[in-house]
Amino acid sequence: MIWFAILGAGLGCYLLKLAGVSLPARVLDHPVVERVADLIPVALLAALVAVQVFADGTRLTIDARAAGLAAAVVALLLRAPFLVVVFVAAVTAALFRLVFPGT
Amino acid sequence: MADPASREPPTTQRSAVVRDSLGVGAATGLYGVSFGAVSVASGLSVLQTCALSLVMFTGASQFAFVGVVAAGGAPLSGALTALMLGTRNTLYGLKLAPLLQFRGWRRPTTAHLVIDESTAMSVLRESRDLARTGFVATGVAVFVLWNLFTLVGALAGNLIGDPRTYGLDAAVGGAFLALLWPRLTDPRNRVIAVCAAAIALGVVPVTAAGVPVLVAGGVALLAGVLTRSAGDPTELPGP
Repeated sequence: MIWFAILGAGLGCYLLKLAGVSLPARVLDHPVVERVADLIPVALLAALVAVQVFADGTRLTIDARAAGLAAAVVALLLRAPFLVVVFVAAVTAALFRLVFPGT
Repeated sequence: MADPASREPPTTQRSAVVRDSLGVGAATGLYGVSFGAVSVASGLSVLQTCALSLVMFTGASQFAFVGVVAAGGAPLSGALTALMLGTRNTLYGLKLAPLLQFRGWRRPTTAHLVIDESTAMSVLRESRDLARTGFVATGVAVFVLWNLFTLVGALAGNLIGDPRTYGLDAAVGGAFLALLWPRLTDPRNRVIAVCAAAIALGVVPVTAAGVPVLVAGGVALLAGVLTRSAGDPTELPGP
Protein backbone atom coordinates (compact mmCIF):
# COMPACT_ATOMS: atom_id res chain seq x y z
CA MET A 1 0.00 0.00 0.00
CA ILE A 2 2.76 2.40 0.94
CA TRP A 3 4.72 1.49 -2.21
CA PHE A 4 1.60 1.98 -4.30
CA ALA A 5 1.17 5.47 -2.78
CA ILE A 6 4.86 6.36 -3.26
CA LEU A 7 5.03 5.31 -6.89
CA GLY A 8 1.53 6.55 -7.73
CA ALA A 9 2.09 9.99 -6.22
CA GLY A 10 5.58 10.14 -7.78
CA LEU A 11 4.23 9.35 -11.23
CA GLY A 12 1.39 11.81 -10.67
CA CYS A 13 3.83 14.57 -9.73
CA TYR A 14 5.82 13.85 -12.91
CA LEU A 15 2.66 13.99 -15.04
CA LEU A 16 1.77 17.35 -13.44
CA LYS A 17 5.18 18.67 -14.53
CA LEU A 18 4.77 17.20 -18.02
CA ALA A 19 1.30 18.73 -18.32
CA GLY A 20 2.78 22.15 -17.56
CA VAL A 21 5.38 22.00 -20.35
CA SER A 22 2.88 20.45 -22.80
CA LEU A 23 -0.30 22.51 -22.31
CA PRO A 24 -0.72 25.77 -24.26
CA ALA A 25 0.52 28.73 -22.21
CA ARG A 26 -2.82 30.54 -22.54
CA VAL A 27 -4.28 28.24 -19.83
CA LEU A 28 -2.44 30.55 -17.44
CA ASP A 29 -4.39 33.54 -18.71
CA HIS A 30 -7.46 32.23 -16.92
CA PRO A 31 -7.46 34.17 -13.62
CA VAL A 32 -9.10 31.42 -11.59
CA VAL A 33 -6.43 28.91 -12.65
CA GLU A 34 -3.68 31.31 -11.70
CA ARG A 35 -5.24 32.19 -8.31
CA VAL A 36 -5.93 28.60 -7.33
CA ALA A 37 -2.44 27.54 -8.39
CA ASP A 38 -1.03 30.30 -6.21
CA LEU A 39 -3.21 29.69 -3.15
CA ILE A 40 -2.98 25.91 -2.88
CA PRO A 41 0.70 25.71 -1.87
CA VAL A 42 0.22 28.50 0.69
CA ALA A 43 -2.81 26.82 2.28
CA LEU A 44 -1.30 23.34 2.25
CA LEU A 45 2.05 24.42 3.70
CA ALA A 46 0.36 26.50 6.44
CA ALA A 47 -1.92 23.58 7.31
CA LEU A 48 1.05 21.20 7.35
CA VAL A 49 2.96 23.48 9.73
CA ALA A 50 -0.03 23.65 12.08
CA VAL A 51 -0.77 19.93 12.03
CA GLN A 52 2.87 18.82 12.27
CA VAL A 53 3.45 20.99 15.33
CA PHE A 54 0.17 21.07 17.27
CA ALA A 55 -1.52 17.75 16.50
CA ASP A 56 -0.81 14.41 18.13
CA GLY A 57 -3.01 11.90 16.35
CA THR A 58 -6.48 13.40 16.73
CA ARG A 59 -5.53 15.49 19.80
CA LEU A 60 -4.33 19.07 19.84
CA THR A 61 -1.31 19.60 22.05
CA ILE A 62 1.48 22.04 22.82
CA ASP A 63 4.84 20.36 23.40
CA ALA A 64 8.52 20.63 22.50
CA ARG A 65 7.64 20.94 18.82
CA ALA A 66 6.06 24.35 19.50
CA ALA A 67 9.36 25.51 20.98
CA GLY A 68 11.09 24.23 17.84
CA LEU A 69 8.67 26.17 15.64
CA ALA A 70 9.20 29.37 17.64
CA ALA A 71 12.95 28.99 17.15
CA ALA A 72 12.40 28.44 13.42
CA VAL A 73 10.45 31.72 13.24
CA VAL A 74 13.35 33.56 14.87
CA ALA A 75 15.81 31.93 12.46
CA LEU A 76 13.66 32.94 9.47
CA LEU A 77 13.37 36.51 10.75
CA LEU A 78 17.18 36.55 10.88
CA ARG A 79 17.15 35.38 7.23
CA ALA A 80 18.80 32.06 8.00
CA PRO A 81 19.01 29.59 5.07
CA PHE A 82 16.67 26.58 4.88
CA LEU A 83 19.04 24.05 6.39
CA VAL A 84 19.81 26.29 9.38
CA VAL A 85 16.09 26.84 10.04
CA VAL A 86 15.42 23.09 10.06
CA PHE A 87 18.46 22.44 12.27
CA VAL A 88 17.53 25.17 14.77
CA ALA A 89 13.97 23.80 15.06
CA ALA A 90 15.27 20.29 15.76
CA VAL A 91 17.95 21.31 18.26
CA THR A 92 15.57 23.58 20.16
CA ALA A 93 12.96 20.82 20.47
CA ALA A 94 15.64 18.33 21.54
CA LEU A 95 16.98 20.68 24.23
CA PHE A 96 13.44 21.45 25.39
CA ARG A 97 12.85 17.71 25.88
CA LEU A 98 16.09 17.39 27.84
CA VAL A 99 14.88 20.08 30.26
CA PHE A 100 11.21 19.04 30.29
CA PRO A 101 11.09 15.26 29.72
CA GLY A 102 7.82 13.94 28.37
CA THR A 103 6.99 16.98 26.23
CA MET B 1 9.63 38.14 -24.42
CA ALA B 2 12.60 39.29 -26.52
CA ASP B 3 13.78 37.23 -29.46
CA PRO B 4 16.06 34.89 -27.62
CA ALA B 5 17.56 32.84 -30.43
CA SER B 6 19.07 35.74 -32.33
CA ARG B 7 22.52 35.83 -30.81
CA GLU B 8 24.90 33.39 -29.18
CA PRO B 9 25.85 34.56 -25.69
CA PRO B 10 29.56 34.82 -24.90
CA THR B 11 30.99 31.76 -23.19
CA THR B 12 31.75 33.81 -20.08
CA GLN B 13 28.07 34.66 -19.71
CA ARG B 14 27.12 31.03 -19.96
CA SER B 15 29.73 29.84 -17.50
CA ALA B 16 28.51 32.47 -15.03
CA VAL B 17 25.00 30.99 -15.32
CA VAL B 18 26.41 27.48 -14.84
CA ARG B 19 28.36 28.62 -11.77
CA ASP B 20 25.26 30.18 -10.18
CA SER B 21 23.22 27.10 -11.02
CA LEU B 22 25.73 24.76 -9.39
CA GLY B 23 25.71 26.94 -6.26
CA VAL B 24 21.93 26.74 -6.02
CA GLY B 25 22.13 23.01 -6.76
CA ALA B 26 24.62 22.43 -3.93
CA ALA B 27 22.61 24.44 -1.39
CA THR B 28 19.36 22.74 -2.33
CA GLY B 29 20.82 19.26 -2.68
CA LEU B 30 22.28 19.52 0.81
CA TYR B 31 18.89 19.73 2.43
CA GLY B 32 18.14 16.36 0.92
CA VAL B 33 19.88 15.25 4.14
CA SER B 34 17.00 16.63 6.19
CA PHE B 35 14.47 14.95 3.91
CA GLY B 36 16.24 11.60 4.15
CA ALA B 37 16.46 11.75 7.94
CA VAL B 38 12.87 12.94 8.41
CA SER B 39 11.56 10.30 6.01
CA VAL B 40 13.09 7.31 7.81
CA ALA B 41 12.01 8.88 11.11
CA SER B 42 8.44 8.77 9.70
CA GLY B 43 8.74 5.02 9.33
CA LEU B 44 9.65 4.74 5.64
CA SER B 45 12.51 2.45 4.64
CA VAL B 46 15.74 3.75 3.07
CA LEU B 47 14.62 2.32 -0.27
CA GLN B 48 11.19 3.99 -0.08
CA THR B 49 12.85 7.27 0.91
CA CYS B 50 15.22 7.14 -2.08
CA ALA B 51 12.35 6.16 -4.39
CA LEU B 52 10.47 9.31 -3.35
CA SER B 53 13.44 11.52 -4.20
CA LEU B 54 14.05 9.79 -7.53
CA VAL B 55 10.48 9.49 -8.80
CA MET B 56 8.62 12.35 -7.13
CA PHE B 57 11.58 14.79 -7.11
CA THR B 58 9.81 17.83 -5.72
CA GLY B 59 10.78 18.67 -2.16
CA ALA B 60 7.60 20.12 -0.67
CA SER B 61 5.49 17.20 -1.94
CA GLN B 62 7.99 14.72 -0.53
CA PHE B 63 8.03 16.37 2.90
CA ALA B 64 4.23 16.49 2.81
CA PHE B 65 3.97 12.80 1.95
CA VAL B 66 6.21 11.64 4.78
CA GLY B 67 4.68 14.20 7.17
CA VAL B 68 1.17 12.83 6.65
CA VAL B 69 2.38 9.23 6.90
CA ALA B 70 4.34 10.04 10.08
CA ALA B 71 1.21 11.52 11.66
CA GLY B 72 -0.51 8.17 11.10
CA GLY B 73 -2.41 9.24 8.00
CA ALA B 74 -3.42 6.84 5.26
CA PRO B 75 -0.83 6.61 2.44
CA LEU B 76 -3.62 7.79 0.12
CA SER B 77 -3.99 11.06 2.08
CA GLY B 78 -0.23 11.51 1.84
CA ALA B 79 -0.33 10.92 -1.91
CA LEU B 80 -3.20 13.39 -2.42
CA THR B 81 -1.44 16.10 -0.40
CA ALA B 82 1.76 15.54 -2.40
CA LEU B 83 -0.16 15.80 -5.68
CA MET B 84 -1.92 19.01 -4.64
CA LEU B 85 1.43 20.59 -3.78
CA GLY B 86 2.82 19.26 -7.08
CA THR B 87 0.33 21.36 -9.06
CA ARG B 88 2.58 24.39 -8.73
CA ASN B 89 5.11 22.64 -10.97
CA THR B 90 2.41 22.61 -13.66
CA LEU B 91 2.26 26.38 -13.31
CA TYR B 92 6.05 26.60 -13.64
CA GLY B 93 5.95 24.37 -16.73
CA LEU B 94 3.39 26.65 -18.37
CA LYS B 95 5.75 29.58 -17.89
CA LEU B 96 8.87 27.67 -18.93
CA ALA B 97 7.59 25.98 -22.10
CA PRO B 98 7.50 29.04 -24.40
CA LEU B 99 10.85 30.18 -23.03
CA LEU B 100 12.78 26.89 -23.33
CA GLN B 101 11.01 25.46 -26.43
CA PHE B 102 12.18 21.89 -25.87
CA ARG B 103 10.90 19.53 -28.57
CA GLY B 104 10.74 15.77 -29.16
CA TRP B 105 12.35 13.50 -26.55
CA ARG B 106 13.81 16.49 -24.72
CA ARG B 107 10.40 17.61 -23.47
CA PRO B 108 9.44 14.50 -21.43
CA THR B 109 13.04 14.18 -20.19
CA THR B 110 13.49 17.75 -19.02
CA ALA B 111 9.92 17.85 -17.60
CA HIS B 112 11.17 15.91 -14.56
CA LEU B 113 13.52 18.83 -13.78
CA VAL B 114 10.67 21.38 -13.48
CA ILE B 115 10.96 22.43 -9.82
CA ASP B 116 11.15 25.68 -7.82
CA GLU B 117 14.90 26.17 -8.22
CA SER B 118 15.33 25.33 -11.91
CA THR B 119 12.41 27.64 -12.73
CA ALA B 120 13.84 30.49 -10.66
CA MET B 121 17.26 30.12 -12.31
CA SER B 122 15.73 30.15 -15.79
CA VAL B 123 12.80 32.54 -16.17
CA LEU B 124 14.78 35.76 -15.75
CA ARG B 125 17.46 35.04 -18.37
CA GLU B 126 17.64 37.33 -21.37
CA SER B 127 18.12 34.71 -24.08
CA ARG B 128 16.75 31.24 -24.78
CA ASP B 129 20.23 29.77 -24.66
CA LEU B 130 20.93 31.17 -21.20
CA ALA B 131 17.47 30.18 -19.99
CA ARG B 132 18.08 26.61 -21.14
CA THR B 133 21.53 26.59 -19.57
CA GLY B 134 20.20 27.84 -16.23
CA PHE B 135 17.30 25.38 -16.29
CA VAL B 136 19.28 22.28 -17.20
CA ALA B 137 22.36 23.04 -15.07
CA THR B 138 20.26 23.80 -11.97
CA GLY B 139 17.87 20.91 -12.57
CA VAL B 140 20.60 18.31 -13.07
CA ALA B 141 22.71 19.62 -10.17
CA VAL B 142 19.75 19.54 -7.79
CA PHE B 143 18.64 16.11 -9.04
CA VAL B 144 22.04 14.48 -8.53
CA LEU B 145 22.79 16.09 -5.16
CA TRP B 146 19.23 15.84 -3.80
CA ASN B 147 19.20 12.08 -4.43
CA LEU B 148 22.72 11.60 -3.11
CA PHE B 149 22.04 13.53 0.12
CA THR B 150 18.64 11.85 0.55
CA LEU B 151 20.52 8.54 0.77
CA VAL B 152 23.04 10.02 3.21
CA GLY B 153 20.26 11.42 5.42
CA ALA B 154 18.26 8.19 5.31
CA LEU B 155 21.27 6.07 6.31
CA ALA B 156 22.21 8.50 9.09
CA GLY B 157 18.61 8.70 10.28
CA ASN B 158 18.48 4.92 10.57
CA LEU B 159 21.51 4.87 12.86
CA ILE B 160 20.45 7.40 15.47
CA GLY B 161 17.50 5.68 17.17
CA ASP B 162 14.43 7.53 18.49
CA PRO B 163 14.09 10.63 16.27
CA ARG B 164 12.24 12.58 18.96
CA THR B 165 15.40 12.70 21.07
CA TYR B 166 16.96 14.82 18.34
CA GLY B 167 13.86 16.91 17.71
CA LEU B 168 13.45 15.50 14.22
CA ASP B 169 9.66 15.65 14.59
CA ALA B 170 9.98 19.40 15.11
CA ALA B 171 12.30 19.66 12.10
CA VAL B 172 9.37 18.83 9.81
CA GLY B 173 7.32 21.81 11.03
CA GLY B 174 10.40 24.00 10.62
CA ALA B 175 10.93 22.73 7.07
CA PHE B 176 7.33 23.48 6.03
CA LEU B 177 7.52 26.94 7.61
CA ALA B 178 10.76 27.68 5.72
CA LEU B 179 9.09 26.64 2.45
CA LEU B 180 6.06 28.80 3.23
CA TRP B 181 7.96 31.87 4.48
CA PRO B 182 8.90 33.52 1.15
CA ARG B 183 5.23 33.44 0.08
CA LEU B 184 4.09 35.33 3.17
CA THR B 185 5.28 38.70 1.81
CA ASP B 186 1.92 38.86 -0.01
CA PRO B 187 -0.83 40.07 2.42
CA ARG B 188 -3.50 37.90 0.77
CA ASN B 189 -1.28 34.85 1.22
CA ARG B 190 -0.90 35.69 4.92
CA VAL B 191 -4.69 35.68 5.36
CA ILE B 192 -5.00 32.37 3.50
CA ALA B 193 -2.17 30.85 5.54
CA VAL B 194 -3.74 31.78 8.89
CA CYS B 195 -7.19 30.56 7.78
CA ALA B 196 -5.79 27.29 6.44
CA ALA B 197 -3.84 26.61 9.66
CA ALA B 198 -6.88 27.41 11.81
CA ILE B 199 -9.23 25.24 9.72
CA ALA B 200 -6.77 22.34 9.69
CA LEU B 201 -6.40 22.45 13.49
CA GLY B 202 -10.17 22.81 13.83
CA VAL B 203 -10.84 19.52 12.08
CA VAL B 204 -7.95 17.59 13.70
CA PRO B 205 -10.11 16.20 16.54
CA VAL B 206 -12.88 14.98 14.22
CA THR B 207 -11.02 13.50 11.22
CA ALA B 208 -8.35 10.93 10.46
CA ALA B 209 -4.71 12.06 10.27
CA GLY B 210 -3.89 13.57 6.88
CA VAL B 211 -7.44 14.74 6.22
CA PRO B 212 -7.11 18.19 7.92
CA VAL B 213 -4.43 19.21 5.41
CA LEU B 214 -6.61 18.16 2.49
CA VAL B 215 -9.55 20.11 3.93
CA ALA B 216 -7.34 23.21 4.07
CA GLY B 217 -6.36 22.62 0.43
CA GLY B 218 -10.03 22.41 -0.50
CA VAL B 219 -10.67 25.72 1.24
CA ALA B 220 -7.88 27.32 -0.80
CA LEU B 221 -9.48 25.98 -3.98
CA LEU B 222 -12.80 27.48 -2.96
CA ALA B 223 -11.19 30.81 -2.03
CA GLY B 224 -9.42 30.91 -5.39
CA VAL B 225 -12.66 30.37 -7.27
CA LEU B 226 -14.70 32.81 -5.20
CA THR B 227 -12.33 35.74 -4.61
CA ARG B 228 -11.18 38.43 -6.97
CA SER B 229 -7.52 38.73 -7.90
CA ALA B 230 -5.42 41.13 -5.84
CA GLY B 231 -1.76 41.91 -6.44
CA ASP B 232 0.59 39.80 -8.48
CA PRO B 233 0.30 36.11 -7.69
CA THR B 234 2.94 35.05 -10.18
CA GLU B 235 5.91 35.90 -7.99
CA LEU B 236 8.39 33.03 -7.69
CA PRO B 237 8.81 31.50 -4.25
CA GLY B 238 11.98 30.50 -2.43
CA PRO B 239 13.39 27.02 -2.03
